[in-house]
Amino acid sequence: MIKARIIVTLKNGVLDPQGKAIEGALGGLGFSGVGSVRQGKVFDVELQDGDRAKAEAALKEMCERLLANTVIEDYSIAIT
Amino acid sequence: MKSAVIQLPGLNRDRDMIAALTKVSGKAPITVWQTETELPDVDLIVIPGGFSYGDYLRCGAIGARMPVMKAVAEKAAKGVMVMGVCNGFQILLEAGLLPGALMRNASLKFVCREVKLEVANANTAFTRGYAPGEIIRCPVAHHDGNYFADPDTLARLEGEGQVVFRYAEGTNPNGSVNDIAGIIGEGGNVLGMMPHPENLIEAAHGGSDGRALFEGLLGKAA
Repeated sequence: MIKARIIVTLKNGVLDPQGKAIEGALGGLGFSGVGSVRQGKVFDVELQDGDRAKAEAALKEMCERLLANTVIEDYSIAIT
Repeated sequence: MKSAVIQLPGLNRDRDMIAALTKVSGKAPITVWQTETELPDVDLIVIPGGFSYGDYLRCGAIGARMPVMKAVAEKAAKGVMVMGVCNGFQILLEAGLLPGALMRNASLKFVCREVKLEVANANTAFTRGYAPGEIIRCPVAHHDGNYFADPDTLARLEGEGQVVFRYAEGTNPNGSVNDIAGIIGEGGNVLGMMPHPENLIEAAHGGSDGRALFEGLLGKAA
């Protein structure tokens, strides 16, 4: 079995109002010096097939076709 | 005009859309469930508003991957009119039938109010019932209506007259770029818009500014 973690984040230059709100809240809690906060999503995926190359290809396709909206989001895949 | 309304779990404006289409065209639309792989022979396909799949993952993301959407894409490619309102707009974007994306409102708040819309392009099958530049009233109700597209796409949309509705008179409720409220695809037969014209078609709604959209469509596809 292969386990993977996929991280989806907004592309640079895409405004992230939720990240901005979190950034403001951190400032309000007294955390000074927070430059910026960007919010993203994490998907932990387990694949039954043990073939690493196949898994990489499948995970990439999952990101392209569903997990990320590539108009506004980037993704990264880490196989653990 | 023969029309079809797509139904997915979590959509809740389908009944309003069915009522509007029935009242204006005099004929009830056919309802089509998400698992259908073929669509009836109709002139107009509407994806109504709501919260398909609870807005899980991204608004419209899961609905856009349901079997019926493949059939909608095929019909759209053949020139059949397709209209997505609110969650329907989000689904059309997620399905790649229109360019860009809808993000969380800049205010981070759900907005449910009336806005003013400028008819930015009255020379479309959807907007021919309006005068160019006409300002109309229209309700909005959404959490993710903040339209975004990369600069090249935006320039193309603006240059080709694909922006058909724009929030007017300072009523942009969501931070949408260029005040964009609705766009059409390159072929001119696919419209996506966040506001709800189906909720302003008769006196009982408090106005009928949305009615001309349906009447214009009817004239085209009668």
